[in-house]
Amino acid sequence: MIELKRTALNSIHRQLGGRMVDFAGWDMPVQYAGTIKEHLAVRTRAGIFDVSHMGELEVTGPTAADTLQRVTCNDINRLAISQCQYSALTTPKGTFVDDLVIYRMAPDHFFLCVNASNQEKDFAWIREHALDRTEVRFRSNDFSQIAIQGPRALEILAPLTDIDMAGMKYYWFARGKFAGIEAIVSRTGYTGEDGFEVYCDPAHAEMVWERIMNSGKPFGVEPAGLAARNTLRLEAKMLLYGNDMDETTTVLEADLGWICRFDKGDFIGRDELLKQKDGLKRILVGFEMTGREIARDHYPVEIDGKRVASVTSGSPAPFLKKNIGLTYLPTDRRSVGTEFSVIVREKPVTAKVVPTPFYRRRQPV
Amino acid sequence: MYPEDYLYTKDHEWIAVQDSVGTIGITDYAQHELGDVVYVDLPEVGDTFESGEPFGSVESVKAVSEVFCPISGEVVAVNEKLEENPELINQSPHQDAWMIKVRITNPDDLKELLSSEEYEEYLQEQAGA
Repeated sequence: MIELKRTALNSIHRQLGGRMVDFAGWDMPVQYAGTIKEHLAVRTRAGIFDVSHMGELEVTGPTAADTLQRVTCNDINRLAISQCQYSALTTPKGTFVDDLVIYRMAPDHFFLCVNASNQEKDFAWIREHALDRTEVRFRSNDFSQIAIQGPRALEILAPLTDIDMAGMKYYWFARGKFAGIEAIVSRTGYTGEDGFEVYCDPAHAEMVWERIMNSGKPFGVEPAGLAARNTLRLEAKMLLYGNDMDETTTVLEADLGWICRFDKGDFIGRDELLKQKDGLKRILVGFEMTGREIARDHYPVEIDGKRVASVTSGSPAPFLKKNIGLTYLPTDRRSVGTEFSVIVREKPVTAKVVPTPFYRRRQPV
Repeated sequence: MYPEDYLYTKDHEWIAVQDSVGTIGITDYAQHELGDVVYVDLPEVGDTFESGEPFGSVESVKAVSEVFCPISGEVVAVNEKLEENPELINQSPHQDAWMIKVRITNPDDLKELLSSEEYEEYLQEQAGA
């Protein structure tokens, strides 16, 4: 048996009664007190997540921006220093090597947050396509990452740092002292809620977690596991690599045209994506089940008795109290209200296309 | 914890037999493993099942778990309360959250099942494994 990797917070999860599971080779808490409770805490108060399994890469050098401009589909020139950008590493077919968040630390210095299961692949991919005088470094072992998400996140974190947290806009970040140590703090997350992510030296992760928990106690902060993280991100229609998109689906099919900047010049996959732009055959849509049945990952999707796709993500939505999901439908069936069938235990059950995100927080930052 | 007059399976169902009718549900251990139950799928009255055959499923936010019929028989009642209140499974797995009642066709099936004592031993073995 292969030994599971542990984050620096492993023993804390166990003390908190976290139910530990193998997630992409990591021993991670899937839940603590209960998925619904944790989910609702994030929507109404705050939740704290260990996301240290996520990968970190650093891209530096005089050609670093040009390298990233070539391997990702979003436009690096639109990324200011101290700003974050959601983007994708694309294959020549316009499909996903991975999706990622890019942090611009300096004109020639970028910090990349990538999916745990793809970190080695991404590292190799960027290196392979890097221009001369670009250096790519694997930094995953040097960082713990803690996410604090929810409407009270700002109040919980502000007392722990001199960084101007209130002044930080959504998808911006700062470097500075947090809980007394050097950290990167960004106003980002994977829950559809306001919140922050803190990157720090794993040697200090336990201390940082405890400080946040103490500061969050009066606000009702709850430790939250991977199950709540998944239902939260699905309500916000944030995609999950490996489920909703991968090397077989293009950025346009995944309905992420907004991160596809054709006007920036050439990038890997641009030609194929341009060709696809006017003749897109399928697209990722959000749907709601019309009855009580729950659509689950991989359940078959049928139109007029014909199999057209699978559910890529399907789950009860604890805050919305609906059963929701994502699937690829033929583009002529994408409009809101279109009905189709999800096969639940061999029985076709009606689902309908709904507007997304399923959940949108009331006051965007 | 586990009623002594019930019988149990290694798949974590219980059955309480009265005359020739067995009342069936899932155990406290099973509901705890599942977490918050949000949906229960039940058969219809008149459906028949062989012992070991799935008769329904219980779903939490995260997972779907099939429920297996401990004995062969015909469904004579289903607990309709579970449709509106699936969380009863978490609150009262051994009482209010019974799932189906089955007219037992082959009483010998009952000999294959575990007593409460055997079931608790089985859980301990599993935990130690």
